[in-house]
Amino acid sequence: MTTYDARFRIWRGDADGGELRDFTVEVHDGEVVLDIVHRLQATQAADLAVRWNCKAGKCGSCSAEINGRPRLMCMTRMSTFSREETITVTPLRAFPVVRDLVTDVSFNYAKAREVPAFVPPQGLAPGEYRMQQVDVDRSQEFRKCIECFLCQDTCHVVRDHEENKAAFAGPRFLMRVAELDMHPLDAAEAEGLDRKRTAQEDHGLGYCNITKCCTEVCPEGIKITDNALIPLKERAVDRKYDPLVWLGSKISRRRD
Amino acid sequence: MAQVDRQHWDVVVVGAGGAGLRAAIEARERGARTAVICKSLFGKAHTVMAEGGIAASMGNVNEGDNWQVHFRDTMRGGKFLNQWRMAELHAKEAPDRVWELETWGALFDRTPDGRISQRNFGGHEYPRLAHVGDRTGLELIRTLQQKIVQLQQQDFKEFGDYEARLKVFQECTVTRVLKDGEKVSGTFCYERESGRFFVLEAPAVVLATGGIGKSFKTTSNSWEYTGDGHALALLAGAPLLNMEFVQFHPTGMVWPPSVKGILVTESVRGDGGVLRNSDGKRFMFDYVPDVFKEKYAETEAEADRWYDDPDHNRRPPELLPRDEVARAINAEVKAGRGSPHGGVFLDVSTRMPAEKIKRRLPSMYHQFKELADVDITAEPMEVGPTCHYVMGGVAVDSDTAATVGVPGLYAAGEVAGGMHGSNRLGGNSLSDLLVFGRRAGLHAAEHAARATVRPAVDDGQIDAAAAEALAPFHAEDGAENPYTLHQELQQTMNDLVGIIRREGEMQQALGKLRALRVRAARAGVEGHRQFNPGWHLALDLRNMLLVSECVAKAALERTESRGGHTREDCPAMERDWRPVNLVCHPVDPAPADPAADRIRLVRQRTEPIRPDLLALFEKEELVKYLAEEELYE
Ligand SMILES: Cc1cc2nc3c(=O)[nH]c(=O)nc-3n(C[C@H](O)[C@H](O)[C@H](O)COP(=O)(O)OP(=O)(O)OC[C@H]3O[C@@H](n4cnc5c(N)ncnc54)[C@H](O)[C@@H]3O)c2cc1C
Ligand code: SF4
Ligand code: SF4
Ligand code: FES
Repeated sequence: MTTYDARFRIWRGDADGGELRDFTVEVHDGEVVLDIVHRLQATQAADLAVRWNCKAGKCGSCSAEINGRPRLMCMTRMSTFSREETITVTPLRAFPVVRDLVTDVSFNYAKAREVPAFVPPQGLAPGEYRMQQVDVDRSQEFRKCIECFLCQDTCHVVRDHEENKAAFAGPRFLMRVAELDMHPLDAAEAEGLDRKRTAQEDHGLGYCNITKCCTEVCPEGIKITDNALIPLKERAVDRKYDPLVWLGSKISRRRD
Repeated sequence: MAQVDRQHWDVVVVGAGGAGLRAAIEARERGARTAVICKSLFGKAHTVMAEGGIAASMGNVNEGDNWQVHFRDTMRGGKFLNQWRMAELHAKEAPDRVWELETWGALFDRTPDGRISQRNFGGHEYPRLAHVGDRTGLELIRTLQQKIVQLQQQDFKEFGDYEARLKVFQECTVTRVLKDGEKVSGTFCYERESGRFFVLEAPAVVLATGGIGKSFKTTSNSWEYTGDGHALALLAGAPLLNMEFVQFHPTGMVWPPSVKGILVTESVRGDGGVLRNSDGKRFMFDYVPDVFKEKYAETEAEADRWYDDPDHNRRPPELLPRDEVARAINAEVKAGRGSPHGGVFLDVSTRMPAEKIKRRLPSMYHQFKELADVDITAEPMEVGPTCHYVMGGVAVDSDTAATVGVPGLYAAGEVAGGMHGSNRLGGNSLSDLLVFGRRAGLHAAEHAARATVRPAVDDGQIDAAAAEALAPFHAEDGAENPYTLHQELQQTMNDLVGIIRREGEMQQALGKLRALRVRAARAGVEGHRQFNPGWHLALDLRNMLLVSECVAKAALERTESRGGHTREDCPAMERDWRPVNLVCHPVDPAPADPAADRIRLVRQRTEPIRPDLLALFEKEELVKYLAEEELYE
């Protein structure tokens, strides 16, 4: 096994401010950035604050910015850097710092609550749901989301624009609207809830100018922009400006 | 007196995994004002990592399936030590719990006729696991999380407050269950972010804290698994059951070292993956134990035919219960037939087209590609056993999930004992969470409604809990580093109370645990209370040490091998041990000397299995399991 010393710069501080601190730390074969942060905790900085859980890219806890790029620390291999490089780790920029690499992500939980929940279809008892795989594929892609909030962090609409946060749900939660809208059995429409319209009117879809930055950072490889946001936009536009298209889509949806 | 914020709730649920969230939903729907408290962010509990699926005999893929078959498989998997009434309720109620998830928006993979698809798994006679690719736990937790949000949206409409009747306290830790006399009165908690203490007063508390794997070095479990709920129960006076049974999952990653222990889902084998040693041999055919001989294929040809024609062929031995497969891998490695990094080979690349692998096992493909530079569609994986699950846990009443001797205290999910006997079948945990999470929530809510006089919270207990939590900041010179203590504990449990156990080593382990307790009493941390992981770990050490003592003591006592407990010096499963539960009671009052034992072990006879349930098995099979005297009862 090979071992070498790497140079790290890690942001340390809290809501009142902080600074980048330099560390030199041992690295072993096959390690990821999170391993190095753990080694620092165990040997040099016992109180270095960091979130993590699964260490396998499944829980979305360990989000941070590595050399300025939003990433999961547990899925960033040290072998992707040269040994000479100084690796800088900073907290997610779009959210307020709590301490060190830990940020206050409550914005996301507030936005989650603003998306109306799945509406179960009337007249279908549990166990009677029938859906074809091809029809659930689209929503399933979005349900792979591990809520790491890297897309929320990177989207320029809120990244440096605190003032947009109130009106804009962010890619993760616009995608949630799309997911419910594409759910084969969601009965929102029957209850008078037009999800596409809410995307535009309540969740700030109009702010998105399809730059695809969110898609680029998604560790699950979800095509957020192409598969969720653009279809949502197209249909929101249809509905807003063309009552005929809107009517037509309504009729054609009532297939079986 | 310590100044702490106090809030009143009807039910407090400790834990926001599958069990805790399902309990909270039930309690809230029954009218109880419910608080959920968890160490991580909402939606990140351990359940999120579950991969393979949820076991429920819906019979969507094979109509022969029903609750009786599921019950039989569960009892066989647990080597008949299961609390049979739990296994019965579980098998009967699991399908309803899965279907209910669909009405909350879950999207499982489908069969061609549009039902929930079900996959094969070790120890299950029929394809039984409802799944979403290999990310079933994520679907489960997200569905429950979104159901909770839906209930909160209702409250917002009604009261203008999302949290009027259901609130999640995320990134908070409970360090003590408080009591009024023998009854539960609430929980003492700290906020991880600020270090601030607070008390949730409630007549009913549900423990749903998950497992204990972080006491072992090689484990698939996360930092949360420090056995908190087990310890909280003990410290409140509630006993634990059969703590010697710890499941070592046969297939964890073995290389690179930093990912050692991370799980490789059993679905790899369920979908056709095979195990080979360094000679290229499918060695599992050599390890089919007598009790399972009739049910497993004897040739590779038969095993391969089973995937397409399960009615006329027997299943491959790769799909034996986990304890058998883990021991077999261990034996192959020991015999010098292991892979380069000390595991064996698990191969799907020669069994399925690359496209199919990527579709059925997307996160495994991703995990190996990203973390080990291995393309599983082109080459075999290297795998070996990893500490995965604890079958032992808080002793509970099967129907109500109530703990023993502490009115108002309930336990559900991995923290509860009994359901899985000596070994859990894959997929039976997620269903367990839903079935018993719901029952715990229901009975906790009823208990709270019955409590006309709220139990009083005692200031003395709050002060004591605060002092205990602050101790690591007042450590004197020569303070012990909590990380070092933790590493030594993990090494001790791994080496001396691990997958294969011997009397001498376990005695040695108990000695080491004693020494570690003494040193842990001096654990100290730097810095302040704001998001301080060193401090958090120092507090978790109490729990890990207590639980490890239970595991080591019970393992030493049980002089046989059964399920997740393997004794090299007592290799046979002894029928006489079948009706014996080992119960860990706290030494009361807790000794002041850290070197003194904290646990008193008691043997207890299991309740006789109900005759109509026994009648589900053939006589010839029962003879292999039940003790002599049980056969005549
Ligand atoms: C990698 C992996 C894959 C798995 N795959 C499967 C599978 O396919 N099928 C299956 O059936 N099972 C599977 N299992 C097992 C199953 O996932 C777990 O047994 C199950 O999720 C445990 O759920 P739980 O609700 O009991 O606890 P968890 O989901 O672990 O939740 C515990 C909760 O308690 C909280 N908590 C703990 N201590 C405290 C404290 N002191 N104060 C406050 N909160 C606390 C935690 O923060 C967390 O929210 C798998 C396990 C692993 C590790
Ligand atoms: S595509 Fe839209 S949501 Fe995504 S980063 Fe760009 S603006 Fe933001
Ligand atoms: S969509 Fe992708 S980037 Fe955004 S939160 Fe989900 S997993 Fe993370
Ligand atoms: S720790 Fe779970 S995604 Fe990194």
